[in-house]
This record gives sequence, structure tokens and C-alpha cells, in this order.
Amino acid sequence: MTDDLERRLGAATGSPLDLAALRSRIARRAADEGLLDVAYGIADSPLGPLTVMVTPRGLVRLSYPGEGIDAQLAELAERVSPRILEAPERTDEVRRQLDAYFAGGRTAFDLPIDWRLVRGFAGEVLRATARIPFGSVSSYRAVATEAGSPNAYRAAGNALGSNPIPIVVPCHRVLHAGGGLGGYTGGLERKRYLLELEGVLGD
Amino acid sequence: MHLPPFEQLVDDHARELHRFLIGSVGPIEADDCLQETFMSALRAYPRLRHADNLRAWLYTIAQRKATDTVRRRARRPVRDLDGVEPVAPATAPPTDDALWHEVGRLPPKQRTAVVQRFILDLAYADIATRMGISEEAARQNVSAGLRRLRREVPDDR
Repeated sequence: MTDDLERRLGAATGSPLDLAALRSRIARRAADEGLLDVAYGIADSPLGPLTVMVTPRGLVRLSYPGEGIDAQLAELAERVSPRILEAPERTDEVRRQLDAYFAGGRTAFDLPIDWRLVRGFAGEVLRATARIPFGSVSSYRAVATEAGSPNAYRAAGNALGSNPIPIVVPCHRVLHAGGGLGGYTGGLERKRYLLELEGVLGD
Repeated sequence: MHLPPFEQLVDDHARELHRFLIGSVGPIEADDCLQETFMSALRAYPRLRHADNLRAWLYTIAQRKATDTVRRRARRPVRDLDGVEPVAPATAPPTDDALWHEVGRLPPKQRTAVVQRFILDLAYADIATRMGISEEAARQNVSAGLRRLRREVPDDR
């Protein structure tokens, strides 16, 4: 028997929840209380929407579309902290510098980097890669040498292939010694685009 | 152990918890209660030992927030001695206040059972599982709660 009382109880389900507003209120309070360990936001770019993830230490991950954002957030939950929320304002500085880079107005990034996702030799390779200037290129063997192991150029290639912060850590500037483009996480088209943007390759 | 990104908890459970809280504290205070529930959960989250039943964990926190709210309300006078009514919150939506006031005053088990039956629209077997009681006890709590509401709540419009 459904009577008037039961109808009135059921009517409460009509009150809608504004999920987006709730998410942003929680993210703002989390940031204020120091509980936001990983914040992320989306940066539009000529290479598609990039996902920018930052910790209080700095930029920890930058990813191309198609890398699967859910899988990446899950990986960060495991390796950094599960306190992850979308908080675009926390990624503003990174997005501003990316915009300037793609617009041709910036040749070096000035951003704190959180290197937590890379360890050991891979970390040395990526730090060496971060020192290659805009408009220059290097080789896998050269970055391996710079990282302290001239013969470990295959390991250097692997480290570059799993670079968690492409573009800002410019693994696109590392090419085969013979002049071939080598590989690229985001796809060779994107590597070519970045090298053209920097004036290394003609278009 | 793999804890999912916190944001996923919000996305997966916010709607259901919101309904639960509407049933527990009424539509006006449900929003605040929901936010407080997630903030408490966020503080404790990295210390959680397993991710087996995150939903039950969130419900426990929400239940606690609802109980706090109801207690606070009980200490607050509804109207003062001169008969001057306190000003209602300007943003209050039109709601069935008389009903929710009485739902909030039900004994905890009856309130939980009534809310799960009519707000979350759960079957008695599910209510029993969630409350850790028998199906028969779940039915009894719901009907006792309804009986009491019929007695206490003035007829609608």
C-alpha cells in the first residue's frame, strides 16, 4: 500500500545534487587545509588536451590525450598519494607557460619539478635531457654519457620512452645519432611538430 | 593495496550519500553534511588499510555527520519564548519540513531503515545486509518508523 506519507518520503529524491559544485568546493577546502596531494587540470594545446598533474613540490606528470587519464590517476594514487582531485587553478602556472611555449613566446620552462615518478639512472637521463636547450638536439648516446653511463644508450632510450613529463622535460630533442627521429611516447607526429616549432626541422 | 583516486569516491558515491543524508537530516542541511562527510573521509583516506568496502566506510562517516547535525538541532530552540520565529535561511528550498523534522527525530535504526527503504529505494534484503540485521528486523524497523511518522506528522496540505 502506497499512501500519502510514503509518497512524501519518496518526493525527497527530487532534490538534485550539483556534483561539479561539490567537487570544486571539496577541492578548494582540501587545498586550504593542505590535504590536496595531487591536483590536476586540462591544458588545451595544438597537440590536443594535455593533462597537467601537480603536487605541492611541483609538476609531477604531463600527459597526452589517449594515454588514459583514469589509468594515470590510478597510478599516481598508488605511487604518490590517493588524495587526488581536479583543481584547475593549481595548474594555472604550468598551463600559462605551456600556452606561451606553443605560441612561440617562451623557450625555457621555469617550473618546479617533482621527480618522484622517476628513479635511479632514468632520473639521471631525464635530468640531463632537461638541460638540452630549446632549438638544439642530442642523441641517445650523448644523454647516456651525460647521465654517467656512455654504453647504456638503450636504457637511456627506455627512460626517455617513459618520461612522465614530456614537453617540459624535452625528450623530443633526443634523436638517433644517424639523424632518424627515434621514438616518442606521444607519437612521432607530435615529436615532429615540436621539433618544427623549435625550428630544428623545416616544415 | 590500491586506493582509488579520491575524486572517484566522490563521483561514485556522492549522489547516493546525498539522498541518504536528505533522509537523515532533511534537504536543507544535507549539502553541508555531504561536504563534511567527504572532508572527513579525505583526511583519513591515506591511512585506510584496505579498499574493500569504501561505500560502507563512507556511509559510516555520513551517519556520524547526520547524528551530529540532529543532536545540534535538538539543542537549538525552534522558537524563542516571546514567540518570535527565528529567520529561516534565505536559500531554503520549499520542502516538506514538518516531515523531515519528524524523520530526524526517529530512533536511529528506524530512521536508517525508513531512509533506505523510501529515499534510496532499497529492497528489504539489501537494507538488512547494510544494517547488519535480519530481513525481518529491517521490515519491523521500517513499519515501526512509518507508524510513528503517521502519528506525529500532520497531514499534508
